[in-house]
Amino acid sequence: MQKMTNSELSQAIYALFGERIALSEELYDTLVIEVASTDAYEIIEQLKQDTALSFNFLTLLGGVHYPEMEARELCVVYHLHSWKNALRLRVKAYLPAEQPSIKSVTSLFETANWMERETYDFFGINFEGHPNLTRILNMDEMDYHPMLKQHPLEDATREDKDDRFFGR
Amino acid sequence: MGKIEDLEVINGEGYQLTTLDKAVALARSNSVWPLPFATSCCGIEFMATMGSMYDLSRFGMERMSFTPRQSDLLIVAGTISKKLGPVLQKVYEQMAEPKWVLSVGACASSGGIFDTYSVLQGIDRIIPVDVYVPGCPPRPEQIIDGVMNIHRLVKHEPMRRRYSQEYRHLLSEYKIEVTNAENDK
Repeated sequence: MQKMTNSELSQAIYALFGERIALSEELYDTLVIEVASTDAYEIIEQLKQDTALSFNFLTLLGGVHYPEMEARELCVVYHLHSWKNALRLRVKAYLPAEQPSIKSVTSLFETANWMERETYDFFGINFEGHPNLTRILNMDEMDYHPMLKQHPLEDATREDKDDRFFGR
Repeated sequence: MGKIEDLEVINGEGYQLTTLDKAVALARSNSVWPLPFATSCCGIEFMATMGSMYDLSRFGMERMSFTPRQSDLLIVAGTISKKLGPVLQKVYEQMAEPKWVLSVGACASSGGIFDTYSVLQGIDRIIPVDVYVPGCPPRPEQIIDGVMNIHRLVKHEPMRRRYSQEYRHLLSEYKIEVTNAENDK
């Protein structure tokens, strides 16, 4: 039973933040809002602390790389869940590829710890204030962030694959 | 399978003579203690091979050894990521000589379908492999065939092979040091 609809949520968010929401749209039945990367922490904090909205659960935190979008190549996506309203919300914050840096939300959600490490590992996004921002899945000796699209997905050392058959 | 009749022997009245090499190799080949290093679906097939249906214990391999120090055969079944590579090499180094390696399935042998930055493209890049078993995953019959091939190698291995310069050279290609009494002299 859904206690709040997406349009009600959208109104509530605009009433709270107004101009600070750069864009909002509904995708796959979920409301998506875009915020400035410098503002993301405070907005998420307020979404969590607001008694009516009460986005108390961080389901997922991840990165996206859009190499064609200038000065906003990298994106951090937060999936928030309000148990009280049985409603989900996606928050997107874009970052430039040169200095991808955003404030860590580990002080709001403990679960963000490993997810931010993973996002750092794969996209090289720096989470300011993270207690231990080191690689989590890839080997420590790796010298690049493999999910950035300039890096090939395939293993460069493989010899048995012929371009004619494997379409490299 | 091992019978004393398989060997070159001199039969006398009430005794049988053969070389120590052959007698020891025969004993070894029929009591290979495997160490399963199973990471994914090939590991499930290997479990089926161990089970009563296919029954690996018929070949003197009743006991799976989950410590490298007490095993003779390292069975690598499944995808080995690059992060796991050094762990696998350490396990191999901890095994006592003589030791053999069976690579089960496409992933362990060549990286398989995982042509990606995070997967080791074949365990033979970090440890020497004796027998490769193809398949994705191989059926238990294929794994047993691989084990039989290992037995064949064990049975025909000269006792002094592990002390030879060639063997030391082989392991040095993998940056593994041979430490046994003979080489330490």
